[in-house]
Amino acid sequence: MLTTKHTLVAMVTDKPGVLNRAASLFRRRGFNIDSITVGHSELPHISRMTIVVIGNSAMVEQVRKQLEKLVDVIKVADVTEAKTIIRELALIKVNAPSTTRSEIMQIVDIFRAKIVDVSSDSLIIEATGDEDKLSSFYNMLRGFGIKELARTGCVAMIRGGAKSAAIDKESLKDIQ
Amino acid sequence: MKKTGSQILCESLINEGVNTMFGILGGVVIPFYDTLPQYPQLKHILVAHEQGGAHAAEGYARATGKVGVCIATSGPGATNLVTGIADAYMDSVPMVAITGQVARSLIGKDAFQEIDITGITLPITKHNYLVTDTASLAGIVKEAFFLARTGRPGPVLIDIPKDVLTGLAEFNYPDRVSLPGYKPKVQGHPAQIKKAAKLINESKKPLIIAGRGAIISESYNELKQLAETAQIPVITTLLGISSFPESHILSYGWLGMHGMAYANLAVEECDVMIAIGMRFDDRVTGKISGFAPNAKIIHIDVDPAEIGKNVRVDIPIVGDIKPILQNLNKAIEKQDHIDWISRMDQLRKEHPSINIRDTDFIIPQYVIRQIYESTKGNAIIVTGVGQHQMWAAQHFWFDKPNSLITSGGLGTMGYGLPAAMGAKVACPDENVWCIDGDGSFQMNIQELGTIARENIGVKIAILNNGFLGMVRQWQELFYQRRYVATPLSCPDFVKVADAYNIPGITVKNKIDVIPSIKTAMETEGPFLLNFIVEPEENVYPMVPAGASLSEVLEEPIRKVRCK
Repeated sequence: MLTTKHTLVAMVTDKPGVLNRAASLFRRRGFNIDSITVGHSELPHISRMTIVVIGNSAMVEQVRKQLEKLVDVIKVADVTEAKTIIRELALIKVNAPSTTRSEIMQIVDIFRAKIVDVSSDSLIIEATGDEDKLSSFYNMLRGFGIKELARTGCVAMIRGGAKSAAIDKESLKDIQ
Repeated sequence: MKKTGSQILCESLINEGVNTMFGILGGVVIPFYDTLPQYPQLKHILVAHEQGGAHAAEGYARATGKVGVCIATSGPGATNLVTGIADAYMDSVPMVAITGQVARSLIGKDAFQEIDITGITLPITKHNYLVTDTASLAGIVKEAFFLARTGRPGPVLIDIPKDVLTGLAEFNYPDRVSLPGYKPKVQGHPAQIKKAAKLINESKKPLIIAGRGAIISESYNELKQLAETAQIPVITTLLGISSFPESHILSYGWLGMHGMAYANLAVEECDVMIAIGMRFDDRVTGKISGFAPNAKIIHIDVDPAEIGKNVRVDIPIVGDIKPILQNLNKAIEKQDHIDWISRMDQLRKEHPSINIRDTDFIIPQYVIRQIYESTKGNAIIVTGVGQHQMWAAQHFWFDKPNSLITSGGLGTMGYGLPAAMGAKVACPDENVWCIDGDGSFQMNIQELGTIARENIGVKIAILNNGFLGMVRQWQELFYQRRYVATPLSCPDFVKVADAYNIPGITVKNKIDVIPSIKTAMETEGPFLLNFIVEPEENVYPMVPAGASLSEVLEEPIRKVRCK
């Protein structure tokens, strides 16, 4: 079966150790995580995880079910096939002496990135986009000498009015 | 009025219907034990080792269907529970394990006997809790018991710091739990049930495989009705043994590595498999690619993550087995399947699998059969892990529902004695037999002390062959008889028992087997039988690891001198 990247969106209760439980499950069952992010959601006491996992669809379905089995996990959706917006943020510290600075600034412009810090010989650039865009941006800058790279991992949302991982009302009633 | 954490814990346990716990105290759980005399309805059985306590809680839970409770102190007490918790996790046994923890101010400081037991047990519990304040204790106990016994049962651990036990809080036992992420499905999807019924009604060679789920859900009658209405042969998994009476005309034993050859061969031939409450363990399926090659598979299970995990499934039905079978039975047509059943009978005739040959010396199979004959099958059999376990499963005829308690998934040697102890405490009026091997028995032999002190009337039958027999068998068959580290030097088990004031007999001659079993049964309280059996007896049939079920090895011809 074809091995591809899958994006899972998980709604989880905001309890200590929930990230550990999810991450431990991936390790224990030998699933490969590309990236995992967690943060607040629109609902109080509920966090949202975005997990990018590499595998074939049967394996990813098994991951999804195992995740959903965790007591602190309310809902997991595989949004890979849906029309989604996927974004990641990167901070890149790049060598920028006066000789190459303007060239770098042009590339930053083309990728609609932002310069957020300047010093005499370096710049910190903030860029957002999907994984492909950030990778090509990174490749463009490589020649100038990259001092540091920090990427957040992906977050994803389904286009249109539908929720990415809808929780039924019954469950919401239980959340205090 | 405010109560201490210890009082809250006791009253919460009482609210959950707990009346028996197995445990050992230690520094940080003294406050809890100090409170116990205030609650005489909570009986605490002091075990000799925490692992024994965990297995006893399992035996208790499996014999009754109730949640088993075990208690340990922090650090080594807690880590000693781990094997029992893992065993309960693999075999879906409802259990609540309570561990003490160092005071909150010491957590993370590598304090004396501090261990991260919630971290350690993360992958082997259904859920676990570190209680961070006394006020949340009652709600956590409520949730833990709810999680342990509902859906697919399993172990839940509650880790309680010492100062949470001594702290004060108002006690209000909640009447409901709030678990938005936990909603086990009960009713199967009607459309799936309809599809399954259609497939069964059209099948020519249907086969039921019943697993432990059929026992957990107590679907004995529903299973029987399904089998009888459509005349479907029933085989079970090792853990499904006693979900369907083995003397029933439609019963064809159990499948897997040491299952009956005819059961394994039937899997190869069937056209529809109805898998009920089982999880296609590798010891059950053999090589996956050769498993049920001609069958469409209907898989009924309460755990959605089991569907499609190991084998492809054509019709999954997720939910509680009992209501699903009730609904399925309404849609099943009467059938006779005469050709298929006679084919099954032919397979059984050609591959008898469990005949016992006549010998002058004692072979273990003979002992098991005599325990069956003497008890007339009216017993709960608890085993350790190894050859004796397979022989017990093969040669005792399990007609009584839920009458075999054995460690399946984890294969925990040393399970037998403490689990039998738990089962006997739970069911004092039942005949509980611990059938054990000399290797397995020695792994929790210390619980003889608990059995003696509490006068727990377990009958112990050790099939003593002087080897770690199952491994020796593998060495014989696959490692050219190089018996590395398998010969055992055993103590005189009867003398050991005697040291605990437990009576026992060593049996060396075949003629003494039946009278010794009779003596054990007639003696009040515990009794130990040490059967010196043929040392190099092998368990057959056997599907070698990694082979297909159809590649089953049967007993070599020279031995098939049937009685």
